[in-house]
Amino acid sequence: MAVLDPDLVARAMVPGPVAPGDWLAILPPGLMLVAGAVAVILRGRPRPQMMVAVASLGLLVLVDALLVARVTDSGPFTMMMGGWLPPFGIAFTVDIAGATLALTAAVIGLSAATFVALAQDAVAVRHGFFPFLLMLMAGVSGSFLTGDLFNLYVWFEVLLISSFGLLVVGGMPAQLDGAVKYGILNLIATTLFLIAVGLLYGTLGTLNMADIAVKLSGGAVKGPIATIAALFLMAFAMKAAAFPLNAWLPAAYHTPRLVVSAVFGGLLTKVGIYALVRVLAMLMPAERDWLATPLAIIAGATMLVGAFGALAEGSMRRMVGYLVISGVGVLLAGLAVGSEAALSGVVAYAIHSMLTTAALYLAIGLAEEATGSARLADAGGLWKATPALGVITLMLLFAISGLPPFSGFWPKAMLVEAALADQAPVLAGLILVTGFLNTMAAGRVFLFAFWRPAPAGAVRLRPDSGVLVPVVGLVVLVTLLGVQPEPLIGVARAGGIGLANPAAYITAVFGGTP
Amino acid sequence: METLVAVLVGLFFAVATYLMLSKKLIRVLIGIAVLGNGVNLLLFTVGRLTQEVPPIIEPEAYVLATGTANPLPQALILTAIVISFSFFAFLLVLTWRAYETMNCDDVDEMRLAEPVDAAAPPKGY
Repeated sequence: MAVLDPDLVARAMVPGPVAPGDWLAILPPGLMLVAGAVAVILRGRPRPQMMVAVASLGLLVLVDALLVARVTDSGPFTMMMGGWLPPFGIAFTVDIAGATLALTAAVIGLSAATFVALAQDAVAVRHGFFPFLLMLMAGVSGSFLTGDLFNLYVWFEVLLISSFGLLVVGGMPAQLDGAVKYGILNLIATTLFLIAVGLLYGTLGTLNMADIAVKLSGGAVKGPIATIAALFLMAFAMKAAAFPLNAWLPAAYHTPRLVVSAVFGGLLTKVGIYALVRVLAMLMPAERDWLATPLAIIAGATMLVGAFGALAEGSMRRMVGYLVISGVGVLLAGLAVGSEAALSGVVAYAIHSMLTTAALYLAIGLAEEATGSARLADAGGLWKATPALGVITLMLLFAISGLPPFSGFWPKAMLVEAALADQAPVLAGLILVTGFLNTMAAGRVFLFAFWRPAPAGAVRLRPDSGVLVPVVGLVVLVTLLGVQPEPLIGVARAGGIGLANPAAYITAVFGGTP
Repeated sequence: METLVAVLVGLFFAVATYLMLSKKLIRVLIGIAVLGNGVNLLLFTVGRLTQEVPPIIEPEAYVLATGTANPLPQALILTAIVISFSFFAFLLVLTWRAYETMNCDDVDEMRLAEPVDAAAPPKGY
């Protein structure tokens, strides 16, 4: 065997072993994949499976918290798979926006696992809830942390196939109906994403995000790149349920078990938004400017469709689905404005929206179960029957409408301020109008399901107080982020700056010599 | 050569789009299969089509000879084939279950999750 020429090796590979701290970048998805495999092995044994799931998700929260601490302390960092130098190897690049969203996702995953463990949901466990959840968390963590576009596609598929499994846990007929629509539309969306990735590779010859950002920086809008940007917009908007590609969300999100609704509402659409922001705002800023008007129109339409849909909906969990859509519209409005402040607002709103939506799906799902019907017309009297659930739901409904003192207020204030500073008063106005309409829809749920006296024949079933624990945990977090918003605003600012000026990100990949 | 294959890819996408616009689920599924193959062909083409030199490093050499075929698209396509095939298999089973349960394969008639007569929210109490 020929002796390797050290000079040549130095040109292709990172010298020496990977620094121990850098392993953190790959640990979240790696941990989840291993835990998911262990959960599959423990298929027939619910208790050990639960313990593995809760413990590994707890560990995931810890690892993600360490990641956030590291990137806020010393900026983004990269781990190259196999030690191949960028842009040849697959990069995992962690920045503040990605790490913070991964941490939020981990908190939601932990709450969901705890919820199922406390609810003793034997059917869900038998149908493989925990392995699917852990694999989904692998896909979500990977999507937030990867620095390579094709790798992002792979993580999207990991989370998509696990979400198919989660959606049909329980196997009720309505679930199959919802899963068919969700599955087909989401598969088409990821295929569009793959088409865009392929075309981008054909145009630039690279898939590394930092490398793409370097190659596209400073240039004017070019025809092929603009087309690719529009394709990315379509693919991710479909995944994020933006108008007019939002039909699959209200068709599917109310059909699975309530904990699955919570996980989906909290995570999936936000991953789509994250990918859209990452690609358009960070990699293709010139094309984002070019797409600003269509983005603003899509954002406005999504906000209003979500808000009016929520007002017109008579079924409780489907109504929350429309609130999710209007939240996606608010996030898109931030991307349409596109300034540093607006992107900070997007990060802050995404964190708030993930936590609040997941918790609200759990609370409303419990209210549905207590009523024995999803129809608002059949509900009532829950305030007397379960005051604890009533207080929790009221707080969450306030939060999701963006009312103080909960977490929804500050991100919305940031977004409105950024929109006004960027001469986009219409978007700012629409964010406020949507908040008002959402307050009406949310208030009506509380009025009918909780406050009014129980109609005759309403089934009354107190939810076991144990299952409220993870919901209360999320509510505490939502309240703390509202009362004490400095940490949230701080990381969101840093995250927005990182997305708007990718210089630190690029340096983290190329070490200053691209 | 690339132009020719690009036109072929376009044809695949056109056929897939036409099929996916159908209301019959089985046609939609066939459309998805065609779309997946169109994407594979696209990934193959964007790596530029060359035929002369296989991407094999000679013994005693460190780097590829010039003019070799691009090996990266092969890796991308392999990943994409595995993924699209497994998704297609899953969706086929799911659609079959849905067909058995609802006794129809027309998406307009699949209304279990979104009933036609869904109650409006109450107007007051």
